Amino acid sequence: MSTATAPAPAPAEKKKDKPHQSDRAVAENKLGMKLVAPALIVMLFVTAFPMLQALWLSLSNYALTAPDDRSFVGAQNYVTALSDPLFWRTMLVTVGIMVVTVFFELVIGFVFAIVMHRVVFARGIIRTSILIPYGIITVVSGFAWQFAFSGTNGFVNYWLPFVEDNFNWFGEQFPALFAICVSEIWKTTPFMSLLLLAGLAQVSEDMVEAAKVDGATWWQRLWKVILPNMRAAIMVAILFRALDAFRIFDNIFVMTAGAVNTESVSFLTYRQVIEQFQIGMGSALSVLLFLSVLVIAFLIVKLFRVDLAAARQEG
Amino acid sequence: MGNSPLRKAGIAVGALLILTWCLLPVAWIISLSFKSQESITNGNPGFLPGDGTFAGWDNYVAAWDNEQFRRAIFNSIGISLIATVLSVIIATLAAYAIARLEFKGKKLVLTTALAIAMFPVVSLVGPLFDMWRAIGLYDTWAGLVIPYMSFTLPLAIWTLSAFFREIPWEMEQAAQVDGATSWQAFRKVIVPLAAPGVFTAAILTFFFAWNDFVFGISLTSTEAARPIPASLSFFVGADPFNRPASLLAAGAVIATIPIIVIVLVFQRKIVAGLTSGAVKG
Repeated sequence: MSTATAPAPAPAEKKKDKPHQSDRAVAENKLGMKLVAPALIVMLFVTAFPMLQALWLSLSNYALTAPDDRSFVGAQNYVTALSDPLFWRTMLVTVGIMVVTVFFELVIGFVFAIVMHRVVFARGIIRTSILIPYGIITVVSGFAWQFAFSGTNGFVNYWLPFVEDNFNWFGEQFPALFAICVSEIWKTTPFMSLLLLAGLAQVSEDMVEAAKVDGATWWQRLWKVILPNMRAAIMVAILFRALDAFRIFDNIFVMTAGAVNTESVSFLTYRQVIEQFQIGMGSALSVLLFLSVLVIAFLIVKLFRVDLAAARQEG
Repeated sequence: MGNSPLRKAGIAVGALLILTWCLLPVAWIISLSFKSQESITNGNPGFLPGDGTFAGWDNYVAAWDNEQFRRAIFNSIGISLIATVLSVIIATLAAYAIARLEFKGKKLVLTTALAIAMFPVVSLVGPLFDMWRAIGLYDTWAGLVIPYMSFTLPLAIWTLSAFFREIPWEMEQAAQVDGATSWQAFRKVIVPLAAPGVFTAAILTFFFAWNDFVFGISLTSTEAARPIPASLSFFVGADPFNRPASLLAAGAVIATIPIIVIVLVFQRKIVAGLTSGAVKG
């Protein structure tokens, strides 16, 4: 094997021109495949293979409680799930949580990013503390906020005006969802702000200065110069956070355990498989969850024209 | 208006806001962990422990005396470290190939990594539960290490390939001029240079494994492999409707200490890794 650094000769033509390939290119190709093979195998072993298995299981009425009654039922599980209002209610709750949390994370995260970009003092302290919510276990965040919102042991009711001291946040759907969203937003806004900070750092200062010289107000500079130039960063952040928020599970499990209509699709799927041992039905829900993520990813990419090539090349 | 006092004040307020945002809930859970358990049962509202309800280190002692909790901490440390080491080794190989070599299937690896980063973890719980029980990986360390590796590989591969692109490759050429093979150049020249990137990937991988909850609760059933987030969530005490909040808070604080230490020690590296890996648009 010789050098790996010189640009490979016309890689696009490689596939068809096998006889013309140099020994070097062949060796490089082999080494490349060998080096990525373990990663590819591990990633596919735990995702693609089980997903195919789920597809197969979802077509049977397999339940661990009655394993002998297993039989092929075709699309029956899907029909049952999709015609059940419970599924659509959890879908609505999940999408609602996703939209609300991503919106607030984006706005607050952007403010944080601007502050971190401009701040000259205490930079280290701020960057260190912003990593604490990012690193903290989601379950711990869920507990911290559940107890904070608790009427008997919390402080939120005492600090908020217009809220009765013994108000029960977890007794009704909307207050409970509010508390869940607070925990989710608290934990993930720092991640969002770091992604946006990276985008902000790439907006050319000269361009902002030029706009200023031309008499653009702060507001105009923000909307006409800064934001359009960090479009790629914002879109990638939205895409990743939205898909992450759609998978919400930990906070709901810890804070309400799905009570008062706060179940997400992930939680419903988990409950079917692990608590009720309905492998067939649970697998159907798994497949539906997976398809929903694909649809959402597709919609975001199409709607916002996210440059996935850029994300993949560098990200 | 570049350096007007108004603007400076705005930045200062913003900085204060960030600190409050990040640290208030942490201060709260620490404060809660010092409230006495009797007062929690009777109801002890307010941010700080009230009169006569300060428990000192009692909750920490009680949490640490709990055999299951100690096992869970041990499991979490072991599983997270093994997953981190394996994941980083495999990701380093892949990222080197992606950053430096021309080969067929590069697109496939990158697309797979991107797809897995977005994968709904819960949809794997059912099939993995079934598979793991069939092949005897259920409720074992390996049963958690494997999924943790798969889900941290994308992040590790991105972070590392971003780092690898910025390494001065002339040094590799120099080594090769001196007669080193591609493999030798990789091992002797690039690995030491790439160490900071490898480190970042390791920290992010460790964070993921330490934080995981879905696999932790669904692929374990006993303290043989149950990690700390799962253990905390099952720790309901005698009365499930009145959780021993202060005891849980003490456990949560103990579980957070490793994260805080890592953040304090490696702050710069984590920020660099997060921002270089994810976005360069």
